[in-house]
Amino acid sequence: MSIESKLRDAGLSGRDVVDLRRRVFMQRGLSLSALTLLTGCDITDTKPVDSFLRMIGRINDGVQGALFRPHKLARTFPESMVPKEFRFNAQYGAGRVPIINPQTWRLELSGLISDNRPWSLEQLQSMPQSSYVARHVCVEGWSMIGKWGGVPLKTLFERIGADLRAKYVAFRCDDPINYSSSIDMASALHPQTILCLTYADRPIEPKFGAPMRLKMTTKLGFKQPKHVTSIQVTNEYPGGYWEDLGYNWFAGV
Amino acid sequence: MHPPSRKRDTVILHSRWVRYTHWTWTLGVMILIGSGWRIYNQEPLFGFLRFPVWLTLGGDYADAERVHNDFGLAAALLWHFAAMWLLFLSITVYTIYGTLSGHFRRKFTPISPRQIVTEILDFLRGNLDHELGERNAVQKLLYTFAVLCMLVMVWSGLVLWKPVQFEELGVPLGNYEGAGYVHFFGMAGLVGFLFIHIALTLLVPKVLPPMITGRALANTAKRAAGLDLKGGHS
Repeated sequence: MSIESKLRDAGLSGRDVVDLRRRVFMQRGLSLSALTLLTGCDITDTKPVDSFLRMIGRINDGVQGALFRPHKLARTFPESMVPKEFRFNAQYGAGRVPIINPQTWRLELSGLISDNRPWSLEQLQSMPQSSYVARHVCVEGWSMIGKWGGVPLKTLFERIGADLRAKYVAFRCDDPINYSSSIDMASALHPQTILCLTYADRPIEPKFGAPMRLKMTTKLGFKQPKHVTSIQVTNEYPGGYWEDLGYNWFAGV
Repeated sequence: MHPPSRKRDTVILHSRWVRYTHWTWTLGVMILIGSGWRIYNQEPLFGFLRFPVWLTLGGDYADAERVHNDFGLAAALLWHFAAMWLLFLSITVYTIYGTLSGHFRRKFTPISPRQIVTEILDFLRGNLDHELGERNAVQKLLYTFAVLCMLVMVWSGLVLWKPVQFEELGVPLGNYEGAGYVHFFGMAGLVGFLFIHIALTLLVPKVLPPMITGRALANTAKRAAGLDLKGGHS
């Protein structure tokens, strides 16, 4: 577990940690880029370099889309490998996890959907459910096996008449940082992409996104938002919280 | 009267394709290692090992927080997956060139164990005679090792990048988790190679200019000149 994650778990924000780290770093005042590349200043986060690297990131999005196999299922594992407690990871500390009332929670639908009436948790629970034991892969470099269950997004999309030829599916969340993310339609229709209601056969806990989160086996963890309150089907690139900050959009695994 | 041509006394030691790919390879590997160490630091594989931030690529913490709201992971990943293309292009060009020109056949084969032992002993006695343009058995072994490390890095890298889409590729490496260790030790091997490679260059500095200009003085590379007359030598 990294120091950053530990501090985050302790309820410290990234900014608190950075303030401390900044002082340490300023004393050192060196970086590989300063040593080896072009100029004496740090070029990593200057605008032109960052834009150039993000442009290559968009090329990588295209390559990943081409590599995606719609019918390829992720490897699954025996139930005995499912840990009771999963690793908590969020940009906010465990103390700021939102507690959402499942009775009043609604899933709002918008965009290219013919029946966009909101859904209640009970309605989702009455749909055909699917579950799997698979590996969750985080962009930070850790991974963990877990068991998730819920409604396949494809099943919901067919029920509500979503335009399955649309490019993007966007998610918005009810949490302290107004988290959001978006995925491509092909990945949204993958059989292991579910609106997740359970972890290890029990309703998911607030820490892990209650009452509903997106769970999929074909993308990194940050593409699977927790506490989802709205889904939009669109042809306009929606971006997302980490995506807008420079993390790769497709983020497929 | 023509002015004396400087080229008259020199021979082509490294073809332009070898030189271009050598230096783009160098740049790509530097970026991949620097950013890779930053990515490693986010979730260290070994509790006892973290790379000093000043040796890594991903910006200082203040910049990273301002631009990416993190500790440099986003920047490091952007660098890593951009340099991946530089290296991919470089390896592709080098492989095509190496196969078609006979460069691989001349430079990598054959390596006899006895030759290696003899030459290591010679080296330890301080009398390894390095003829420019010629590879002795130790060099052949070293470069073969570097190429194997690169293959391992690309292979394990693909598995880490796409453990689901390339699941089958991951099986021989111990799947996603095994590939993490393979990627780490492949990196360690490559860094080890770079240390020896640079140390040997410092010991025999005359080998450096030809990798930049492609040319060496004819009298310092007699055998190379001989090979050059046969054409296409690199």
